[in-house]
Amino acid sequence: MKEKAILEMKGIYKSFPGVKALQDVNFTLCEGEVHALMGENGAGKSTLIKVLTGVYEKDGGEIYLRGLEKAAVIRSPQDAQRLGISTVYQEITLCPNLSVAENMYIGRGTGVAQNWKKMNEAADKILQSLDIPAKASQQLSSCSIAIQQMVAIARAVDMECKVLILDEPTSSLDEQEVAKLFGLMRDLKKRGVGIIFVTHFLDQVYEICDKITVLRDGKLVGEYEIKDLPRVQLVSKMLGKELDDMSDIKSDAKKYEGKDADIDVFEAENLQSNAGIKPFDFHIKKGEVNGFTGLLGSGRSECVRAIFGADKVINGSVKKNGKTIRIKKPIDAMKNKIAYLPEDRKKDGIVGDLSVRDNIILATQVLRGPFKPFSKAEANKVADEYIKLLQIKTASADTPIKSLSGGNQQKVILARWLLSHPDYLILDEPTRGIDVGTKIEIQKLVLKLASEGMSVTFISSETDEMLRTCSRLVVMRDRKVVGELSGEDMTQNKIMSTIAGGGLENAE
Amino acid sequence: MQNKKQIFIPLAALIVLALFNLIMDPSFFKITMGLNSEGYQVLSGPLITILDSGSELAILAIGMTLVTAASGGQDISVGAAVAIAGSVMLRVLCGTEASVSELKAPVIVAFLIACVVAMLFGAFNGILVAYFRIQPMIATLILFTAGRSIAAWINNNRLPNISNQAFTYYGGFIPGIPIPTPFIIAVACMIVIALVMKFTTLGLYTQSVGINEHSSKLNGLNPAVIKLISFVILGLCVAVVALIKVSRVSSINYSVIAKDIEMDAILAVALGGNALSGGKFNMAASILGAYVIQFLTTTLYKFKVRSDALPAYKAVVVILLVVLSAPIVRKKLSELAKKLKPAKKEVA
Repeated sequence: MKEKAILEMKGIYKSFPGVKALQDVNFTLCEGEVHALMGENGAGKSTLIKVLTGVYEKDGGEIYLRGLEKAAVIRSPQDAQRLGISTVYQEITLCPNLSVAENMYIGRGTGVAQNWKKMNEAADKILQSLDIPAKASQQLSSCSIAIQQMVAIARAVDMECKVLILDEPTSSLDEQEVAKLFGLMRDLKKRGVGIIFVTHFLDQVYEICDKITVLRDGKLVGEYEIKDLPRVQLVSKMLGKELDDMSDIKSDAKKYEGKDADIDVFEAENLQSNAGIKPFDFHIKKGEVNGFTGLLGSGRSECVRAIFGADKVINGSVKKNGKTIRIKKPIDAMKNKIAYLPEDRKKDGIVGDLSVRDNIILATQVLRGPFKPFSKAEANKVADEYIKLLQIKTASADTPIKSLSGGNQQKVILARWLLSHPDYLILDEPTRGIDVGTKIEIQKLVLKLASEGMSVTFISSETDEMLRTCSRLVVMRDRKVVGELSGEDMTQNKIMSTIAGGGLENAE
Repeated sequence: MQNKKQIFIPLAALIVLALFNLIMDPSFFKITMGLNSEGYQVLSGPLITILDSGSELAILAIGMTLVTAASGGQDISVGAAVAIAGSVMLRVLCGTEASVSELKAPVIVAFLIACVVAMLFGAFNGILVAYFRIQPMIATLILFTAGRSIAAWINNNRLPNISNQAFTYYGGFIPGIPIPTPFIIAVACMIVIALVMKFTTLGLYTQSVGINEHSSKLNGLNPAVIKLISFVILGLCVAVVALIKVSRVSSINYSVIAKDIEMDAILAVALGGNALSGGKFNMAASILGAYVIQFLTTTLYKFKVRSDALPAYKAVVVILLVVLSAPIVRKKLSELAKKLKPAKKEVA
């Protein structure tokens, strides 16, 4: 083992039926370093982490930890924890209805756990030392997602972890929260903890990490010092090809040029749902791509949910192609050819145990009604068609969707809505948690659909992505529409200033 | 894929039971044609007994599978509901008299009224589960507790008796047909549900709602309605079972009729490898599971196990089957099988 290394994984092999998930992968983590693990969806990042944390048993290779003479035996997450390897996942895996302190000590059988007072005191001490703004006695669900994640980290720190794995921790955090998390990570670095950081946000990698290990198709591409690997090269290493100029996809796309290009496909006046947003006006033209932007929690998802009838609409009127319609529930919107890809893929999007095929046909089947089921042949035909069209990586149309990678799941949901042939498509965070290659594919697809006359509303946490695809942006703050930007006004700075308060005069 | 593999569990159980019987007593499989007490040519033998007396369970397993899949819970009131439906049927057939030989109404009318009543009670359970979001087991506990009293109340606590030859056909034999009628009814139910599955989207909707309610909603489904429908279908199954049960004895005993059948029905679903937490299901596996349970019961009777000791024996076998079909055990077994295979090759 190298001198400063605390973890070394050597020649790791792992395969699943039909897939070689990891082939001869090496990975080294030194103390006090933040090490980014990068790769496209399906590159093997998650598998490598699951091998390290004992969720999967490896087929071959060895794992060495500092302080152990022989190769470590990690058969279960408990083994990993005992050896000082802790993981904080993208989705919070704590218990929201327990207190912060209980969450930190649950299932650890320490002496402290039996004494409530002592437990709270101990927890408070750790939280304080890590500068986490939470109280031990507070119920976990009353904390923001970021704080919950930090509590999970605090738990790991208290278990004296030497290797901390952060799997997509920032995907549901806003910028301030990310900054706080990074502060905590730097603090841990000083304490000598080695951190494995998995993320899709390139900016964040370059902000916090020291080293990058890139995986592709289950194989190791290489390990790099951050300063030796400029961003463009990182992306091309992840994709295994030279990247199209990312900023240029918009100028390539053709504008929709039908006669009806100026007609509003959808209009809403004073629309308000019970999800706590202020009434808003909104319209979209045929072949237009527009977007809602704003900080997390500013109400952008709630706006589109109100349009689709996903939340209860309590006020306002909507028109489709100039005709007044009523949307009380999703099926009403669907019948009016509106489609909605939800923000939370796992909770609202996929039907996990069902096959890719059933997931694709679901919405269209509901539209066709209960007495016109897709025949098997028909379902297979459309499923295969969309699997090919969107290049969905799946063993077959029969595979349960839950066993696909995140990006491919998202493509299946996209296929579901494309199959319903909408003329107004709402995409809420379609690219969250998926790799750069797929992101660009989806962006290109959006522009292509628009050029064919589909209207698209696109929401993303990444402003550049919105700037690349949208021709008009609705800006939101505190659950209120505070401005609208288009044409030359659409710049990072202008968006920021509108979010920050530049748009006050439009507020009331 | 999981769905297709599922059926191997009850199938394997059936084969093991069959082999056991074959070794112990090959006459188990003998089917004879003989005269029954009414003087018709009918089939008889242990296998026929299984097909005959497993009918009620098989029919209930159909409805229970749907309820389980859609709601992620089970209806424990089906036994009591059978008592209610049976009582309604007798009330229509006998009026207020204690014993009749001339039916007061055609059987079909009595049956249809019982169907409506049973479906209403199913809807009652369904509304509690779907709209009031009460745990299915708790919601159906209400009828489980009250059902048999309601059944007794419907007939003023009398036990009406029918002495009419034609009424025994449904639980016995139709003259000229050597196959027990209950089995014919069960097969008819299976055909109906198979057609429903083929020509409607009930299967897809039920599974979708059972797996992910939020997502189903955003795909335009109304999860509450789907759950309600599953309970109403179970209600219909209950009415059919009530007809068979009442016809078998031409009378009713409120506290005994279809006793504990809900547990066997739930067990049939579980034996079929269906997750009791809902979601994906395999109807054929559930139905096969029902016959496995009946096979087991009949086997135990055949070996002269005392009827009060029967549940204990049954429990042992059931534990074995359920443990073997548990995903964690199946996974270990398949791992073991994998390890054994290369080892064998080396030896060879």
